[in-house]
Amino acid sequence: MIDRDPSPVPPPAEEDPDRDLVVELADVSRVHVEGAQVVHALKEVSLEIRAGELIAVMGPSGSGKSTLLNIAGGLDRPTSGEVMVEGELLDLLPPSRLAALRRRRVGYVFQDLNLIPSLTAVENVMLPRELDGVRTGKARQEALAVLGEIGLADLAGRFPDELSGGQRQRVAIARALVGERRLILADEPTGALDTATGDDILRLLRARADAGAAVLLVTHEPRYAGWADRVVFLRDGQIVDSATAGLVSAR
Amino acid sequence: MSIRHGLLALLSQGSRHGYQLRAEFEASTGATWPLNIGQVYTTLSRMERDGLVAPGEQDEQGRIAYSITQDGRAEVDRWFATPITQTERPRDELAIKLAMAVTAPGVDVGRVVQAQRTATMRTLQELTRNKRGLDRPLDTAQTLILDSKIFQAEAELRWLDHCEAFLSRRSLQHPQEQQ
Repeated sequence: MIDRDPSPVPPPAEEDPDRDLVVELADVSRVHVEGAQVVHALKEVSLEIRAGELIAVMGPSGSGKSTLLNIAGGLDRPTSGEVMVEGELLDLLPPSRLAALRRRRVGYVFQDLNLIPSLTAVENVMLPRELDGVRTGKARQEALAVLGEIGLADLAGRFPDELSGGQRQRVAIARALVGERRLILADEPTGALDTATGDDILRLLRARADAGAAVLLVTHEPRYAGWADRVVFLRDGQIVDSATAGLVSAR
Repeated sequence: MSIRHGLLALLSQGSRHGYQLRAEFEASTGATWPLNIGQVYTTLSRMERDGLVAPGEQDEQGRIAYSITQDGRAEVDRWFATPITQTERPRDELAIKLAMAVTAPGVDVGRVVQAQRTATMRTLQELTRNKRGLDRPLDTAQTLILDSKIFQAEAELRWLDHCEAFLSRRSLQHPQEQQ
């Protein structure tokens, strides 16, 4: 049988000062106004994500998971608090610099895949690099390398509707990984995939973290959160607890 | 051990005699754990020996009501505050603990749920780590066993989420049930 650590409150996460801080949220709050209603989506949330870390965010719907992810990637701005990505305070960046940072250093994977149907798998993966001004030949090389890494090299020339759901999701992930992405943001990336295919997706994200990226994963599936170094539980816009892996392995 | 803690949790609400304890225990656990009266009295006398309960006077019908001691209360508190480890668990102890937690006075059920969720998530993280085969490569049989444990942990976490959602909906609909 499996040992469990019986202590109800986990000790704080061990900080490894040798690893770079990729994202730092400090007292971040986000208020939405919907008609006459004021919704506090996040309430003074602080979170640090270092290079090499995979962090999962769990919580019921409406607890602020996706808001947290969007703010960490500069897709949404906090009402108060600070967001640093790779040492840059997002609040101070002009929109063009923010857009460049999002495009070059952050990779997004959403449940809604958004592959372009008229482009092949490899062309879909090349696209963000070409937008960055990388030459077509080099972009193609990089895209093929990533597709190879995730086991889809043979399918590079297929169009999205010639791929299975799991294959399409892996192409979408390849597109998020191509280039020098230091931060990967994934919002329910396993969608309606079966558990074996979902495990493949998590293996990919995990490998990327192990190779030095910071990965922030939103999921409602405990199974996939289990791949994380740290699992953060959100309730009503606040972090109520977190579970850190590895602290029990010494037993 | 959960019969012992289940009975202690009932006694923390006031003194009771054996038949009463058996009826309430079975009612609280939805009769998923039938007890015979012999088990109840054996458990009570062991707890008396350990200083967790104390017997009162016999009534006219010859029944003895037991009440909980200071040590007994401390033991119930400790039980509610400590997540169960898989090694020491008869499968249903967690269900019984939550059933008792919603009836016992002064227990923060949300906290019991969250403490268990964090502990079970850590188990799941550890299992997933083992499944990746970082420490040692796994054969097929080992992988299947690990998967079985992963699914168990997953089921427990889903069930805890469900309990939490159910309880918060319930407390909105039936505020008078809350103490």
